[in-house]
Amino acid sequence: MTDFIRRRPLLSAMLGFLVLVVLLGSFPIVPETKQAVIVRFGKPVRILNRYQAGRPIGASGAGISWRIPFAEQVVWLDKRVLDVDMQPQQVLSTDQRRLQVDAFARYRIVDPLLMYIRAGTEQQLNEQLRPILGSEVRNELGKIEFASLLTPERQGIMQSVRTSLNQIARQYGAEIIDVRIKKTDLPDGTPLQSAFDRMRTARLQEARSIRAQGAKQAQIIRAEADAEAAKTYAASFGKDPQFYDFYRAMQSYQATFIGDGQEKSSPTTIILSPNDEYLKQFTGRAR
Amino acid sequence: MSILLGWGDRIRGLFADNKGPWGTSSGGDDGDPPSEPPADGKGPWGEPSRKPRRVSLGKGGGVSSIDELLRRGRARFGGGGGGLPGRPDRSLIIWAVVGFILVWLVFTSVHSIEPGQRGVVTRFGRYNATLGPGVSMTLPAPIDRVKKIDVENIRTIDLGSQGGNDLMLTGDQNLLDIAYSVRWNIRTPELYLFELAQPDETIKQVAESAMRAVVSRVSLIDAMGDKRADVETQTAETMQRILDSYHSGVQIQGIAIKQADPPDEVNDAFKEVTAAQQDAQSYVNQSRAYALQLTAKAQGEATAFDKVYVQYKLSPEVTRRRMYYETMEQVLSKVDKTIVESPGGVTPYLPLPQVQRSQPQGRQ
Repeated sequence: MTDFIRRRPLLSAMLGFLVLVVLLGSFPIVPETKQAVIVRFGKPVRILNRYQAGRPIGASGAGISWRIPFAEQVVWLDKRVLDVDMQPQQVLSTDQRRLQVDAFARYRIVDPLLMYIRAGTEQQLNEQLRPILGSEVRNELGKIEFASLLTPERQGIMQSVRTSLNQIARQYGAEIIDVRIKKTDLPDGTPLQSAFDRMRTARLQEARSIRAQGAKQAQIIRAEADAEAAKTYAASFGKDPQFYDFYRAMQSYQATFIGDGQEKSSPTTIILSPNDEYLKQFTGRAR
Repeated sequence: MSILLGWGDRIRGLFADNKGPWGTSSGGDDGDPPSEPPADGKGPWGEPSRKPRRVSLGKGGGVSSIDELLRRGRARFGGGGGGLPGRPDRSLIIWAVVGFILVWLVFTSVHSIEPGQRGVVTRFGRYNATLGPGVSMTLPAPIDRVKKIDVENIRTIDLGSQGGNDLMLTGDQNLLDIAYSVRWNIRTPELYLFELAQPDETIKQVAESAMRAVVSRVSLIDAMGDKRADVETQTAETMQRILDSYHSGVQIQGIAIKQADPPDEVNDAFKEVTAAQQDAQSYVNQSRAYALQLTAKAQGEATAFDKVYVQYKLSPEVTRRRMYYETMEQVLSKVDKTIVESPGGVTPYLPLPQVQRSQPQGRQ
């Protein structure tokens, strides 16, 4: 043996390497994140590290395992929670309004054997589930009105999407954990524009109403002030209406003929008759 | 220690000569490694150390070129140099292997976990334990593997529209342009590692879903204004609930809404509302000013009248005449006066065009 190694170092190294590879391949290490199906000549014989609900991490079947070299193959499947993301779709509600919906589902492979037989790889399972998720979402959301799409009611809808999707996923050895709507948008174009128009007009209406309210309030304040002033005047001038008449007339003459001194008054010509009250002393009529 | 010294020398030997990669070194520079094991002619494996070399040399022309290369390489790595065939260079390889294994053991079984980190230990792939901060021992590397996970470090995901057209529908069927960030850290590292296929992507999707669900329950004005904090806490709670249902091991630290505005397309209309509020306020202010002015004026005039009236009461006739003459004096002294003697004798001619012409001038 040692003699052979010494004589053929390269050959023996290659042989040793080969033996090592085969040896290592016979003891696959199953990580926590994987489940494995051992397939002997195309026939599944064993499942390693199968997912079981409620079993804590570390207590599972992960770890070192074995297989017969060459005869048995290991098919790895994910053990973690996986994601299937729907293509954004347009949904027509019962009141004929369109909504762009994007949803996602979380699932886990619970039966690796079934999954391996029916779907093969995670990729293919994903391809199978995605259109079903889309059509289920469309069906369920198409049964309700637009307004209730936005309400907490839609949680119940998601529950029924999940139930019906789960029935299909079960056939592939997978279990749907959760289905959620990620986005509900108005589609581009007319629906979006009309929503914008509605928002805009609602705001403009609000703006007008605010202005009108302001104007109304201003008018009330003015009227109250007018009333207050009238009250003050009446209380004071009402004591002697005749004197008020005279007093106010005097002020008025000054204001109209002379002005208030701020601006130049228009030149006025007054034609007086000698019989005028003012000129009675001038003409000597008084006595 | 002697191994390390030997290594240092050997490495120096490797880099010291500047000949071609397979060329023999001169032998003088590294011919004396300090950690030379006793040259008793046998390596640690108990084999005659020089035999393979002799054999290959002895074969002469029958040696393949690869064998020749291997031999040269071995001779070179041994540090003995090609020029000194008598050196027991095999033992050095053995020391190197032993040293390498020792270092490997030390480096892969002693783990220093920094504060804020956890080490998740898997033994042949199976989860074994989680190491806390400090220095811990595990089995060496192929058996135990340690993955260090940062648990204290708070990560941030920015979501929502960053100038894009990502609008959310609110409860009153309006559209909201919202930008927010999610802060999260890892609560249970082993769950984080082993339960979710794409944890980061999952958190992102859950955040979007939760935020939209919460926003669809409030009105636009509330979402932009005083219910913002409510939206944040409700979204964080919803996210935590969903992520817990996935056993994700993720802790949501909080949501921060950075921006919640109406969409750009209708922003002008929203500004119009603000303008209207300002306008309304200015109407009210103007009327308040008017009211103050008016009542003050009324009070002033009334008080003035009252004062005069008190004096007038004392001697009404005199006061009345005095006021009359004073006023007339002021008025007539400033205006053009014409006294027409007899109303019957002269027909007064009033130059109307002149009066009309003078009026605009007077107004200026």
